[in-house]
Amino acid sequence: MLLEVNDLNVFYGAIHALQGVSFSLEEGEIVTLIGANGAGKSTTLRTISGLLRSRSGHIRFRGQDISTVAAEQIVRLGISQVPEGRKIFAPLTVQENLEMGAYTRRNPAEIQASMQRVFASFPRLKERINQLGGTLSGGEQQMLAMGRALMSRPKLLLLDEPSMGLSPILTEEIFRIIKEINSQGTTILLVEQNALMALSVAQRAYVLETGSVVLQGSAAEVRDNPQVRNAYLGVG
Amino acid sequence: MQKANSSQPFMPATRKSGARLAWIGRGFLLALALLVLIVLIRSFFDNPQLFAQIAISGLQLGFVYALIALGYTMVYGIVKLINFAHGDVFMAGAFVSFFAVSHFQLHRWPAAVFPGLPPILVTIIGSLTVILLSMVVCALMAVTIERVAYKPLRNAPRIAALITAIGVSFFLEYFGALNFVFSPRFIPYQRPFGVVTWYIYDGIHLVTEGHAPPQGAITFSNIAIIIMVVSILMQLSLQFLVRRTRIGKAMRATAFDKQAAQLMGINVDRIISVTFAIGAAFAGLGGVLYAIAYPSINTLLGVLPGLKAFVAAVLGGIGSIPGAFIGALIMGQAESLTAGYISTPMRDAIAFTILIIVLLVRPTGIFGEPEKEKV
Repeated sequence: MLLEVNDLNVFYGAIHALQGVSFSLEEGEIVTLIGANGAGKSTTLRTISGLLRSRSGHIRFRGQDISTVAAEQIVRLGISQVPEGRKIFAPLTVQENLEMGAYTRRNPAEIQASMQRVFASFPRLKERINQLGGTLSGGEQQMLAMGRALMSRPKLLLLDEPSMGLSPILTEEIFRIIKEINSQGTTILLVEQNALMALSVAQRAYVLETGSVVLQGSAAEVRDNPQVRNAYLGVG
Repeated sequence: MQKANSSQPFMPATRKSGARLAWIGRGFLLALALLVLIVLIRSFFDNPQLFAQIAISGLQLGFVYALIALGYTMVYGIVKLINFAHGDVFMAGAFVSFFAVSHFQLHRWPAAVFPGLPPILVTIIGSLTVILLSMVVCALMAVTIERVAYKPLRNAPRIAALITAIGVSFFLEYFGALNFVFSPRFIPYQRPFGVVTWYIYDGIHLVTEGHAPPQGAITFSNIAIIIMVVSILMQLSLQFLVRRTRIGKAMRATAFDKQAAQLMGINVDRIISVTFAIGAAFAGLGGVLYAIAYPSINTLLGVLPGLKAFVAAVLGGIGSIPGAFIGALIMGQAESLTAGYISTPMRDAIAFTILIIVLLVRPTGIFGEPEKEKV
């Protein structure tokens, strides 16, 4: 088991945002969390990354409990997140953004090699290498955010709404790259509003509703569930 | 609902009269600027030597302010706090060097350790040691202040941290003024090296004792030159640090988005500490140079230079490092010209006049960009 989340409870002040969420990821999988706005998908990712603290429950990564580890240490353990809204460093160039992604690493030659790999996946970023992050288009920013997250050589990549605000063509492109990243050995936890897209690349899925997992199973099972079809896939 | 509807028809009218007021204000400021320009040009042609003399002292002030203003702008950039205790860290720099020189003869250590060393090397190495010590003490002091006073308020409303900063400032000023600390009196400052003055009059000549420079000569001292050179070098090295090094890039990333920086594995607390330390080291350096230039110190020494450097940072666009530098040079000239051509007591008033004008005309300062709403 690469990641195991067990009975996680997270509060925003008095609001009980995650109410005993449990799920797990095996090495090499793509798993998706789907659900409506406010269901707790981003909260889950933010808690795994250490930006939020859980009140109770465990997050175990490769057997180690990381629920009290500082956010900057979690990256070092091998969990990298592409946050919702990309959170590109707008005043830094594309190259500097990628360098920040490799902040936890020290060997310049290896960092350079990783950057070349990112450029191979996202050739557009190479063309824009000296441009400021804030001047990129939405799709390019998404590519930069993913490339930046990959620069730390994560074992587990958390993707929060990668398709947000992107055209259907760009969304297809991003999901193609997600599969490519996964096939190179990175486990992926994918949070998406675009459930159909997410279920098409994932092996397994969890459905979150107001802070609890209400359904889980293989992507195909979840896709064929009548309630899911009704609520998230827009088909009766 | 009702209220919103009833206030709507008045909106355009208010906007119109507001615009008219703005135009009147702008016209007034334009007239003022023109007047200042005319007076300056006339003064220059009336007596160019005097003008140059005033400009030199303005440069000397401005470059000291630049060292302080950088700390204001860097700290603001990263934690959005106007660190009003910064001027007092500057004061502490002056006091550390005072004790190092007057009580411990630290500036003489190379002569004590290596007796054969030429005097010039003794002076240079000794003075550098004193300056470095002040910078290190100030950096430690600022990091401590940040840890103790500001960090617990990191997620509190910004006004809480601001008030705390003012509190820390008063604490440093009046704790230092206690009799068993530094005492409230002005203390004569012993320089780690002597003043050498030159005058320009048919070439450059050394001013020697008993021989006053002739009428119309422009004088300048080694201290003015040192202040300018050091300040420029520090500015350049800071630019290099922020633009090129890993830690500098992490500082810029953290200033832009702390959570995203954490997701990169950046230890945000450490970056904030480093920022405070660098700003304080610059202020400490400024404090030593200021005390060398104006050798009489007390614990309120940092108040006015601190406030003026703050105005400089606002004038340049708070958060912008080149802005703080340019703003400080303008402040130095404004102060010096005011003291020279209007009246000496007005030199402090001009700083705040400039602050008011900047806030009215261009609150974001020269290099500032309007703050974008972050989603």
